Amino acid sequence: MYLVQFLILSSVLFCIGVYGVLARRNAVLVLMSIELILNAVNINLIAFGAFNGAAIPAEVFALFIIAVAAAEVGVGLALVLTIYRNSKNIDLHQVDLLKG
Amino acid sequence: MTATLATAETVVAQNVFFYLIAAVMVIAALRVVTTSNMVHAALYLVVVLAGVAAQFILLGAEFVGVTQVLVYIGAVIVLFLFGIMLTRAKVGAEDGLSHDNVVPAILTAVLLLLVMGFAVVDFAKAPWSDGTLVIDALDRAPTTVEQVSDSIFSTYIVAFEAISVLLLAALIGAIVVARKE
Amino acid sequence: MSTTYLATEASNLAVEASGFFLENVWIIPAIMAASFVVILGFGKRMPRGGSEVGIAAVAVCFVLALLTAGQWIGQVNEAAACTPETCDYIVDEHHDAEADADEHHDEEGAFQVDTGVGSSDGESASALTAFTEAEEGSTAAAAKAVVSERTWWSNGGINFTVGTMVDGLTVTLLVVVTLVSLLVHIYSTDYVAGDRRFTHYFGFLSLFTAAMLFFVTSANVLQMIVGWELVGVCSFALIGHWWEEQPNSDAALKAFLTNRVGDIGLLIGMIVLFFASDEKWGIIEINAGAIEGTTSHTLLLIASLCLLAAVMSKSGQFFLHTWLPDAMAGPTPVSALIHAATMVVAGVYLIARLYGVFFHGLSIGGSSINALAVIGAVTTLVGASLAFVQDDIKKVLAYSTISQLGYMTLALGVGAWTAAVFHLTTHALFKACLFLGAGSVSHAVHSFDMKKDMGGMRKFMPTTYKTFLIGSIALAGLPPLAGFWSKDEILAGTGGWGFFEGESHANGAYTIMLVMGMITAAMTAAYMTRVMYLTFFGEFRGGHHDDAHHGDPHESGPRILWPLRILAGLAVVAGLMNLPKGFLGLPSGWTLRFEHYVEPLAATGYFPKISHADPSWSLAIFSTLVVASAVGVAYYYYFVRVNAQSPSATELVNGPTERSRLLKAGHTMLKNRYYLDHIYDGGEPVGAAGANAMGTIFGAAAGLTLGFSLDNGLNQPFWPSVMWGVILGLTIFTIVTAALRTGMGIASVVKQPMANAANWVHENVIDAAVDEVGKNSVKTADALYKYIDQGVIDGSVNAAGRGSQGAGGELRRWSTGKVQQYATVMFAGATLLAGLLIIVI
Repeated sequence: MYLVQFLILSSVLFCIGVYGVLARRNAVLVLMSIELILNAVNINLIAFGAFNGAAIPAEVFALFIIAVAAAEVGVGLALVLTIYRNSKNIDLHQVDLLKG
Repeated sequence: MTATLATAETVVAQNVFFYLIAAVMVIAALRVVTTSNMVHAALYLVVVLAGVAAQFILLGAEFVGVTQVLVYIGAVIVLFLFGIMLTRAKVGAEDGLSHDNVVPAILTAVLLLLVMGFAVVDFAKAPWSDGTLVIDALDRAPTTVEQVSDSIFSTYIVAFEAISVLLLAALIGAIVVARKE
Repeated sequence: MSTTYLATEASNLAVEASGFFLENVWIIPAIMAASFVVILGFGKRMPRGGSEVGIAAVAVCFVLALLTAGQWIGQVNEAAACTPETCDYIVDEHHDAEADADEHHDEEGAFQVDTGVGSSDGESASALTAFTEAEEGSTAAAAKAVVSERTWWSNGGINFTVGTMVDGLTVTLLVVVTLVSLLVHIYSTDYVAGDRRFTHYFGFLSLFTAAMLFFVTSANVLQMIVGWELVGVCSFALIGHWWEEQPNSDAALKAFLTNRVGDIGLLIGMIVLFFASDEKWGIIEINAGAIEGTTSHTLLLIASLCLLAAVMSKSGQFFLHTWLPDAMAGPTPVSALIHAATMVVAGVYLIARLYGVFFHGLSIGGSSINALAVIGAVTTLVGASLAFVQDDIKKVLAYSTISQLGYMTLALGVGAWTAAVFHLTTHALFKACLFLGAGSVSHAVHSFDMKKDMGGMRKFMPTTYKTFLIGSIALAGLPPLAGFWSKDEILAGTGGWGFFEGESHANGAYTIMLVMGMITAAMTAAYMTRVMYLTFFGEFRGGHHDDAHHGDPHESGPRILWPLRILAGLAVVAGLMNLPKGFLGLPSGWTLRFEHYVEPLAATGYFPKISHADPSWSLAIFSTLVVASAVGVAYYYYFVRVNAQSPSATELVNGPTERSRLLKAGHTMLKNRYYLDHIYDGGEPVGAAGANAMGTIFGAAAGLTLGFSLDNGLNQPFWPSVMWGVILGLTIFTIVTAALRTGMGIASVVKQPMANAANWVHENVIDAAVDEVGKNSVKTADALYKYIDQGVIDGSVNAAGRGSQGAGGELRRWSTGKVQQYATVMFAGATLLAGLLIIVI
C-alpha cells in the first residue's frame, strides 16, 4: 500500500465534508458533515504514523480526536436543541441573528 | 527498500480491499451530504465510519479501529438519531435540505480538493520520497493496546488530562445549554 | 571567581562575570505583581486607597533598576578594561572581592570560549564577556547578556524554561519604565483623586508596570508573548477606566481588537521562529541561529513579516495605528505611561530584542528598501501630518507619538539600532513630560479642546508652561535638548548624504528615508508650535462652563508639578548620554556612552554585526535649519498673523485652506484621518464601495512593500514577487478588515453586558471576598439586588437597544447573517492562501 492512496482518500472525504458544512440547511446534517471532516483527518494521521514508524503517537492522537469529536457532537447537538426550542426550526438559512 | 517495495506491489488483497472500501466510503459520504432523508443520512454516515474503522485495521491500528466502532457507531450515531428525533425532522424524504449556497459550496470544495490533491502529488514527487512512499505496515506486528496505553499514560499524560477536563466541560456545557429554563 | 581563558580567534574571548542584581532581576517585576495583589485585596481599607503601596513598590523597583544598571555598567567597564593580555589578572583580582557575595560561582568559574552560540544551560546563571575588534583596531570587549534560567517543565523532549535576561537594552528599559511609572504614580495621586475607582486604578497601574518589566526581562519569546498580552490587557482596562461613557468603552474595545489582529502575527511569527531555529525558545539562541545562518532565510523572512504585524498594532504603525488616538480616552497619566513612554514601545523593543532575526530576515544591511524602513517612514509622515489638524491636545500628542514611533521603526529598519533605542529613551522622557503637562492643563480647564477651552494658559500655569515648552523643544529637536541628539543620530543612521557622497555610509544609503525623516522633523516642529500657541498664548477662551464653581484656571499642585519638573530636566540633559564621536574634541570617555553601555557587540553572538554612521556636521546643521525654519513659519502664522487678527482667534478667517481648493481637500482628508477608520467600519462618507476602493489601494501598497521584501529576501525575480506581494497584500488586508468589522459588530452587541459583568466581578466578587471577613452579608445582598436590577435588567434593555443599533450600522452592508456564506468565504480564502503557500514554498 502506498501512502498517497490514503492521503487522496482522506482529501476526498474532507472535501465532501466541507461541501456538506457549506451547503446543508439542516444543522444536524452540518454536524454530520463535520464528523466526515474529522474522520478524514484521522485517516491522515494513522496513515502517516504507519508510514514513518511513529504508529503509537499517531494512534494516541487519533484517540484524542475521537474523544474531542464526541464532546463536539454533544455540545453541538445541545446547541441545535436550544435553537430548535427557541425558533421551532433548525434551518440554518433562517437562523440569521448575525444579520444586521 | 526494494523488499518493501515488492511487498507493497505484490500484496494484492490489501490493495483490493483498500480500493473497495474506499469506493464504498466515498459513495456513502456523497450520499450523506446529498440525500434528502435525514435518517438515511445518519445511516450512510454509519457506512462511512465503518469504512474508516476498516482502513484503520488495514493500517495496523486495531485498537483505534475498535474504538472507532464503539464510540462513533455505538454512541455518536445514536446521538445523531436522537438529535433528528428531538428536532422532529420528517422520517421520510424532505425537500430543501440543501439551499442556494450549493454552487459556491461545490466550487469551494472542488478548489480545496485541487489544492490538496496538488499538495499530495507534489509531496509524492519530492526528491527524497523516491516516488514510492510505501507503507510497510505488513512487515510489522500491529500495535497492541498495551503499547497505546503505556504511551497515553506516560508520554501524553498532560494531553490526556487536558482531554479529560475537556470532556467534563463539554458534559456540563451540554447540560447547561440544553436544559429547559 | 577563578578564571582561565582561551583564545580561538584573535578577537573572540569570553569572561565569566556576575552580579547579584543582574542575576536576580526577577525580583523587580515580582515586587510590582505583589503590589497589585495587595492593592486589589486591601487597597480600599488603606488610608490613601492603596496608592501608597503602589508608590512604595515602584520606588523600590526604581532603586533596584538603578542598582542593576550600575552593575551592568560596572560589568561593561570591567570587560572594556580587559584585554587578552591583562584579563586573567584583572578578573582574578576581582575574585576575592566577589567571592564572598557569590560563593557558588567558585565551582563553575571556568572561563568559557565564546564560539558564537549563546549556550545557557538552564540551571545556572552565566554571563560571558566577549572580545571584539573595535573600529580603531584596539581590542575592546563586550559584556554578554546575563541569563538566569530554570526549567519550568519539559514535554516531548523540549525544555520550557523560565528566566531573565539582562543586557544593556533590558537595563535601559528597566530604568525608563520604573522612572516614568514612579512619576506617573505620584502624579496620579492628585490627578485621579476622588475617583470612584481610585484603588482599581492604582491596582492596574501596578499590574501594568509588573507586566512591562516582566516583558523586558524575558529570557525567551514565550515569556515575551505573555508579557505582551498582559500589557495589552492592562491597556484595555485603563483606557476603559471611565467606561460608563460610551466613547471610552468603544476606544478600549477598539484598542483591544486592533491589537488582536497583530497578536495573530505575533503568535504565528513566534511559532515559525521556534521551528526555524531548531525548536528553541531562547532569545539568544534564536538570534544566534539567525546570525550564524543556520536558520532558513525564507523562514526568517516570514517570521519577521509576521512579527512586523504585531509591531504595527502594538506600536501604532501605519495602517494599524488607528486605535492609539482613540486610546486617549483613558486618564491622562495612563496615556503618558502606557500610550507614550512604555507599552507602545513594546513593538520597537521586540524588534530590538530579536534584531538578529529582523536584520537577516529583512536583509537590512544591504541598502535595500525593506518593509520595516518603509512602514516606519510612512508612519512617521502619516502621524506628523495628522497631528496638524487635531483640536484635542492629547490627540496631537497621540499622533506625535505615532510619528515618533515610526521614527524608531525607521531607525531599526535602516540598521541604526542604537539610535532607535536612544530615541526610545529620550522620547519616553519628553513625551511623558508633554502628556503630563497636557494633563495638568486639562486638570485646570476640565477639557482637552485647545480651541474651545484653552489659550493664554501661560499666565495661569507658569510652571506647566515652562515644562511643556521644554518638552516641545525637545520633541521638535532643537539643540541641545534630548530630542535633537537622538533624532539626529537616526537621520545620520539612514546613511546620511549617501546619495550625494557615494559610498561613505553605514548600513546602506536610505536617502529616501532621510528625506522623509527631514520632512517629519519640520512638521513636528510646526505642529508643536501650533500647540504652544493654541494652549499657552493668545487669550483664554474657556470659562464658559455652566458650573460656575470652577472659576479661573489655576496652577496644579506640587504632586503634579514635581514630576513635570523632573521630566523636563531630564529632557534637557538626556541627550548628553550619547554625544556623537569626536564632538567638540571631547575624549572618547565622554562620547557615545549610551552606545557603549547599551549596544551588544557582534562578538556576543546574539547581535548582528552592524556598522555605525559617522556623525555629520552638515546634516546636523541642515536639520536644525529645517526645524528652525518650520518653527519660524508656524510662529509667523500663529503668533503674528492669527494673533494680529484677534488674541482669541485660533485660525485665520480667510486662511490658506479656504483660499486654495487643493489645500482644503488635503485638510478635509487629514480631518478624516485618511479615511482609515471609515474603511475599517465601512461607514460614511466612504461607504462600502469607497472602502473597497481605498482598501484595494492600501492593499496594493502593502503588497508592493511585501513584494519588494520577497524580492530582496528570496532573490526571486522582481515582477513575479511583486505580483505575489500584491495578491498577498490584498488578501491580508481583506482578512484584517473583515476581522475588524466582524469583531466590532459582535463587540457592539456584547460590550454592554461585558462591561457590566466586569464591573460586577470587581465590585462584588473581589470586594465581597474581602468584605466577608469583617462585614455582614447585608451589603452582599444589596449588591446582588443591584446587580440583578441594574446589571441584568437595565443592562439587557440597554444592550438590546444599543446592540441592534450598533450591529445594524456596522454589519448591514457587509453581512447577510447567513453563517454558511461566511464559512464559504472563510474556506475559500483559506484554500487560496494554502494554494499560494504551496506554490511559493
